[in-house]
Amino acid sequence: MTYVLEMKEMTKKYGEFLANDKISIHLKKGEVLAIVGENGAGKTTLMRMLYGLEQPTSGEIILNGRNVKFSGPLDAIENGIGMVHQHFMLFSDFTVTENIVIGHEPKRNGFFNRKAAAEKVKELSDQYKINVNPLKKAGDCSIGEQQRIEILKVLYQGADIIILDEPTAVLTPLEVEELLKTIEFLALQGKSIILITHKLPEVMKVADQITVLRNGRVTGNVLKQHTDVEQLATLMVGRELQKLTQRVQLDGEPLLVVDNLTIGGKEEKPILDDLSLTVHRGEIVGIAGVSGNGQSELILAITGLRKIDNGSIRLGETILDGTSVANRRSAGLAHIPEDRYLWGAAKEATVEETGLMGYYRKKTFNQSSFIRLNGFRELLKGWIDRFEIKTPSLDEKSGNLSGGNLQKLIVARELGFETDFLIAAEPTRGVDIGAMEYIHEAIIEKRNNGDGVLLVSSELTEILTLSDRIAVMYEGKIVDILNRKEATEEKLSVLMAGGN
Amino acid sequence: MELLDLSFFTSAIRMISPILLAALGGALCARVGIFNVGLEGLILAGAFSAIVGNYYSGSVLVAVLTGALGSVLVSLLFGLAAIRLKANPIVAGIAINFLVLGLTTFGLRAIFDVKGAFYDKNMEGLPKLDIPVIEGIPVVGKLLSGHSPLVYIAFLAAILLYIFFYRTVTGFRVLAVGKNEAAARSLGLKVTLLQYGAIVACGILCGLAGAQLSLGQVTMFTEGMTAGRGFIALVAMMLGQSHPIGIVGSSLLFGLMDALSIRLQGFSMPTQFTAMLPYIITIFAMFFLKDRGADSQLSGQQSSR
Repeated sequence: MTYVLEMKEMTKKYGEFLANDKISIHLKKGEVLAIVGENGAGKTTLMRMLYGLEQPTSGEIILNGRNVKFSGPLDAIENGIGMVHQHFMLFSDFTVTENIVIGHEPKRNGFFNRKAAAEKVKELSDQYKINVNPLKKAGDCSIGEQQRIEILKVLYQGADIIILDEPTAVLTPLEVEELLKTIEFLALQGKSIILITHKLPEVMKVADQITVLRNGRVTGNVLKQHTDVEQLATLMVGRELQKLTQRVQLDGEPLLVVDNLTIGGKEEKPILDDLSLTVHRGEIVGIAGVSGNGQSELILAITGLRKIDNGSIRLGETILDGTSVANRRSAGLAHIPEDRYLWGAAKEATVEETGLMGYYRKKTFNQSSFIRLNGFRELLKGWIDRFEIKTPSLDEKSGNLSGGNLQKLIVARELGFETDFLIAAEPTRGVDIGAMEYIHEAIIEKRNNGDGVLLVSSELTEILTLSDRIAVMYEGKIVDILNRKEATEEKLSVLMAGGN
Repeated sequence: MELLDLSFFTSAIRMISPILLAALGGALCARVGIFNVGLEGLILAGAFSAIVGNYYSGSVLVAVLTGALGSVLVSLLFGLAAIRLKANPIVAGIAINFLVLGLTTFGLRAIFDVKGAFYDKNMEGLPKLDIPVIEGIPVVGKLLSGHSPLVYIAFLAAILLYIFFYRTVTGFRVLAVGKNEAAARSLGLKVTLLQYGAIVACGILCGLAGAQLSLGQVTMFTEGMTAGRGFIALVAMMLGQSHPIGIVGSSLLFGLMDALSIRLQGFSMPTQFTAMLPYIITIFAMFFLKDRGADSQLSGQQSSR
């Protein structure tokens, strides 16, 4: 059997650090190869070498039987390798068409022929059944549409091998379904696909062949029919995943009480529409919903980061609405924000400073307005050990940490406040399976201690795993609240889409 | 003398051209992601080298060309700092402004051995172009005909720049670089080359603006004769959203104010007061700008799972 692509014993060293240690993969025409592994397992490095962004220390790349070396992405593109980056490379002010043809624009008499370009895009979109509106501005497109633009761009450039780097990370469940269909269709058309991910259920749906990486080495190469999610997870993490801690039955009193909360809505549709919600002590309430249905605003309203137009928010005996963020936090609220760069950390601050945020108010670390770092460093090191946060030093800039590691630091910090109530918004966004386990464990432990948790997540599995009750948000309202036992993914999906 | 007669508008059109030329140059830089605060210095360099070229060659054409060349050299220095050495463009631009101010003052003494201003009655200024046909039309003829060639070139440059940005492939790529440099690089566009191209073109345009200042009306050079026009051009560029046609509109506004301030002096208003006019308008314009202007970089990356 001939392979369209083989990478043999690829090795990449950064100084003493072995990012890739003799990794080999192979790919046939029309095949979907999934490369799975945790953060830092070496997936990205391997793909960067294939795409010409990094030079291998040793190893060879064989493309259609020919030995090749790429000095840059242009080389890779010309040889029929295309990459859909995790962070989209789009020009939001340009139209869909312009974004797709840039670099290879159709010309007429030296001028940019936009009409011909739009026609080509339309053709391509029909051919591969990837639906886009050629004349829409890319910035007005949904995340799913933006990803379709990226895929079409790669196809327009003539790629036969398409690398998709964590493509489902930012998509809603419905968009994920659609993407998986597109991947299958592309493979059917003879395109070879390399799918980089750590989401195993998706892998099991579309991949033909799966290569598992851990710590820069291949720990397994299996065909889909010979494996299952559990085996892949074990190969990825290097140990078997534990079952989550048992929940203790608790009937706590109401802790967070939100009444008739409204934001906006004088002339237009309200963002939050007369919303009421209660979280009891010893309870995790999950909020499910397609993003943009008011979840973010609800969190911002509770934490005091956004003004409300009506309603009241109470935490235990304390009235929160109208008070400052600092007051709310000292009343017993901790907050793992959904966007770690916007609300959770300062990119330029060091790891230590990010960890210290909020703690300088605590008596232990604050001696007549001077910060005491000694005791704090112990605490910080404890977090780093417990959550396996990978950082070169405490003085590293937060922005240089990988997203998953920064997330773990923020989670550790917010849990460390030991408050009665925690808002956990997308707590495991960007973290790998092993760390996800720790975070889930910690949240359940918090619940078992009699604290209340409000969980907001775009991952239904996460909501289903953790929540005692699940509130579904749609257009600024809570349309239904389901008990842990009665909730299923299907029921929630229907409710999330506005159905009954 | 009336306040707003025909000659007022004629002089307004003349006043526009340095601002318009420089603002178009600034727009080119903004469109490749470099905010060029050095326009003032570039114009001044153009004005001075045009006079030098004029004095030694006696040819107006050579004078205009040396004006452009002088400005391009300074512009390349700015490009070297901002692109190659990755200096903060704002700081580099301010440095350019002061560098040129000092350099031209020094040049006045070193080359012409004068202080403050240089004037030589043998030097020839820019010719006035009478446009056939239009010249004959009443009112319009007076308004549009009989300006220096650089005035026409300024408006022509705006139209050409519009075509370049929105009709040509290279222009499209220039816009792309300014919108998202990382994405442009990932596509293999020659980002650095495009940036230097914009810097050089900006130098040429500012050089022409300078030549219009020193050769257009009275043929002379005075220390700091740009008198903030580079900064007004910067505002015109921002008010016009770095769009060539928008810039024509905003430059028109500032040209009118410039002309008005001179005209008001004829009505025994104190010079110091009337000279404020363009700047008052600038402050008002700023209210409407808010955070619009040339958008670039900041791609709003969403964090991901």
